[in-house]
Amino acid sequence: MTVAPLVHFLLALALAPLLPGIINKVKAFFAGRQGPPVAQLYYDLWKLFGKGATYSQTTTWVFRLGPPAGLACAAVALAVAPLGSAPALLHFPGDLVLFCYVFGMMRFATILAALDTGSAFEGMGASREAAFSALAEPALFLALVVVCRETDSLSLSTMLPAVSAAKWAETGPALALAAAALFVVFLAENCRIPVDDPNTHLELTMIHEVMVLDHGGPDLGLILYAAALKMWTLGLLLAGLVAPVNTGRWWVDALVGLAGLAVVAVAAGVVESIMARLRLIRVPRLLVVATALAALAMFLVR
Amino acid sequence: MMLVPIAIVLFAASGLAALFIASPRWSSAVGAGGAVAGAVAGLFAAFGCLLSGAAWRLDLAWSLPIGRLCLQMDALSAFFVAATLFLCGLAAVYGAGYMRSYAGRRLGPSWMFFNLLAASMTLVLTAADSVLFLMAWEIMALASFFLVVFEDEREDARRAGRIYLIATHLGVLPLLAMFLLLGGASGGTDFSGFTAGGAPGLLFLLAVLGFGAKAGFIPLHVWLPEAHPAAPSHVSAVMSGVMIKTGVYGLARALTWFGAPPPWWGWTLVAIGAVSGVWGVLFALAQHDLKRLLAYHSVENIGIIALGLGVGLLGVSYGSPTVAALGFAGGLLHVLNHALFKGLLFLGAGAALHATRTRDMDRMGGLMKRMPWTGACFFVGAAAISALPPFNGFISEFLIYVGAFRSAGLEAAQAAPAIVVILSLALIGGLALACFAKAAGMVFLGEPRAEEAARAHEAGWLMRASMLILALACALIGLASPLALELVAPAARVLAPAPGEAVAALAQASALLARVSAAAATLAVLAGGLWLWRGWLLRGRGVERTVTWDCGYARPTARMQYTASSFAHPMIRAFGALLPTRAKVTPPEGLFPKESSFHSHTPDLFLERVFGPAFAGAARFFSRLRWVQQGRVQVYVLYVALTALLLLLWKLR
Repeated sequence: MTVAPLVHFLLALALAPLLPGIINKVKAFFAGRQGPPVAQLYYDLWKLFGKGATYSQTTTWVFRLGPPAGLACAAVALAVAPLGSAPALLHFPGDLVLFCYVFGMMRFATILAALDTGSAFEGMGASREAAFSALAEPALFLALVVVCRETDSLSLSTMLPAVSAAKWAETGPALALAAAALFVVFLAENCRIPVDDPNTHLELTMIHEVMVLDHGGPDLGLILYAAALKMWTLGLLLAGLVAPVNTGRWWVDALVGLAGLAVVAVAAGVVESIMARLRLIRVPRLLVVATALAALAMFLVR
Repeated sequence: MMLVPIAIVLFAASGLAALFIASPRWSSAVGAGGAVAGAVAGLFAAFGCLLSGAAWRLDLAWSLPIGRLCLQMDALSAFFVAATLFLCGLAAVYGAGYMRSYAGRRLGPSWMFFNLLAASMTLVLTAADSVLFLMAWEIMALASFFLVVFEDEREDARRAGRIYLIATHLGVLPLLAMFLLLGGASGGTDFSGFTAGGAPGLLFLLAVLGFGAKAGFIPLHVWLPEAHPAAPSHVSAVMSGVMIKTGVYGLARALTWFGAPPPWWGWTLVAIGAVSGVWGVLFALAQHDLKRLLAYHSVENIGIIALGLGVGLLGVSYGSPTVAALGFAGGLLHVLNHALFKGLLFLGAGAALHATRTRDMDRMGGLMKRMPWTGACFFVGAAAISALPPFNGFISEFLIYVGAFRSAGLEAAQAAPAIVVILSLALIGGLALACFAKAAGMVFLGEPRAEEAARAHEAGWLMRASMLILALACALIGLASPLALELVAPAARVLAPAPGEAVAALAQASALLARVSAAAATLAVLAGGLWLWRGWLLRGRGVERTVTWDCGYARPTARMQYTASSFAHPMIRAFGALLPTRAKVTPPEGLFPKESSFHSHTPDLFLERVFGPAFAGAARFFSRLRWVQQGRVQVYVLYVALTALLLLLWKLR
């Protein structure tokens, strides 16, 4: 039992780059293509970490600190998120606040690194990222309050394992609405369609991709890896909700949790394949809808 | 025990001495030196009281017919004194460097009022008698008024001073009423004898109004974004960082007199906190003026403090001491934290303003290369105020969040306000991050947008030293938060009704904070380690320097960068219903467009739509009474005689 948190942490560090691969495979399946291999991100990371770097004369240490700081934040958030029924590496009542704010720090580092280039494109992406994440925050917190009320606990490591099939039978609608809100937050925070399009770089409508336009080499590698870890970590929240299995054997629960993560990735891929990106002006409404869903869930709890 | 009077005397004497010294250099040296000496003396007293837990009371001779000259220091006073004097001392050091730029001006009056402000704040925080308290309160208001109008040749400074003076004088009226009622109920002016009497609800409302006007609760905040930017930057730091906290102190102190709070008190504070927090940050987002932006953020942070106190009061009303302890501790710790990071940010803004001669963020940029120390300190402050780990802002918000989450799990009446607290904190957090990404990014990153910014230079060593100390304090509280809780816990226990249970709750909170700080330290170490690893990876490989990727456009200019206005635009548009932003656009026209321009401006909604019309109406009404005021002495003598006659008749009756 005591090794479980560490095993999960290392597993996540090793397997996180698979999630974007799964999403891309799903998209390729819908498009009738073969698509890149599931392990494509590993090849990319290997290539990037072997490269040199090119920096703009405009940039300062802020630009160079952005990617390492971002990865450090993602790693700390991962240490708080549990997989299956075992607690996370770090857990205490209130850790969910740390979880959310560490992602805030990650965003802050990325935005400032983008602004450091003095490029209008990157400024544009940074501005949108700041705006949309600010609106996603209430939805995330409200969904967590629902789960917290449901399970009477303040720690991710006790509230997610406490969600069981019995809980779903009892207050299914509330949990479903909270999960829906979390899914919207998952898509927004991970820069997926319908909020952001991870495929193109230079369209003026892009958010995250345009923010990292000037990064290359190991810096880009750190950013891509941190993004994969973030997707894994936020996915764990959803997986904990939608895969409410608690057998008592941690490795079985962990496997179920991993399957849940894969389901989340497939769902993101399906959304990406069958939907178009929303017009930017509509994105705030989507995020407000997510908050409204979580608020509705609040009324259905208990 | 005598240290506090000594500190007050040191402030007053050195201020007075500075007034009579003609040389600006020596005047600054004496003024700042006295302020630092007084601050050190006061800090010794405050820390002594906080660490030993021994409260004291001092009665001195007093020759006025009402009131008494008595000072007291319990944990609550000591905590506020500690925060206040720490910032005052550092701001004085900074001011000694900053005021050099006002060459050829007499600095004596400025130092006298600065030291008088420090002395009066200390007196406000330690007074144990309502007459003494109100006198100190008025000295504080007047001293800061004269500091606001320091550059009185500027129309905007005079206007700011006028608005401030009116606001602060109106704000004292509810306080007078409150103290009169309290005095009537308890038969004295001494704090120790105060009881609420028959109408605690009315007293609570009066306290919220009077102290809220000083603290800057929306809609009583209108003076704040006018007055704080107009003053010299070290004064802005003190006013925004600690002077407005005397309002919070007053409210907290008053709560100890009013007895058991009914739930609607907590509700009121939560509502005020949510409105002030969200609206404050939205107004801040819409500003182009760096110091105005910071002033609006003070409104936001006062909102967060009110949320904390509201959570605490709700905990008391509903009988959950854990929630009460967490709420009060979080709110009070945020007082200290806000003093540190807001002080730091105002000092940093002052350095930037000093270097570029403008407060307009859209004319700055690229200062990080020219002012690396100031830039790094400002970034620490920006992360701290956005409540990001590993800095101190996160610690106090964490306590408030945990308090709110704890009550969110309870029955509906208690859960509803807690959910409001969580939602508003989450929204405020996201928007504050956006706002400070904007402020820090536009001022310090990218390329200079104007000639002055390109020629900027680093601040002097006095200024750098005080900013550095504040930045270190921000990091220290983030990384050693259980120690910070030790400081605030005695003050929180003064507010909590069941000290025994509060001790247990705070011990639990301390254990949580130890984990939070461990995580924060891990974060910092990890980021540093990855940074080194990245450097090691790049060792011996080709690292080139070139221009920012410009998508093939051959002639990029600094004017093509995103500006502060464009950065904030998506948020301003999303919350357009709450902001009276106006834009003046001259679009490019024709085949060969010549001049085109875009100006946007966000005035204060309440100043423009509420107070402006209200005061104009009052002016119209009172102008009808103008005929009373003739300008002839004979008529005035007649008034005096008539009044005397009426009084005589009334007495004879």
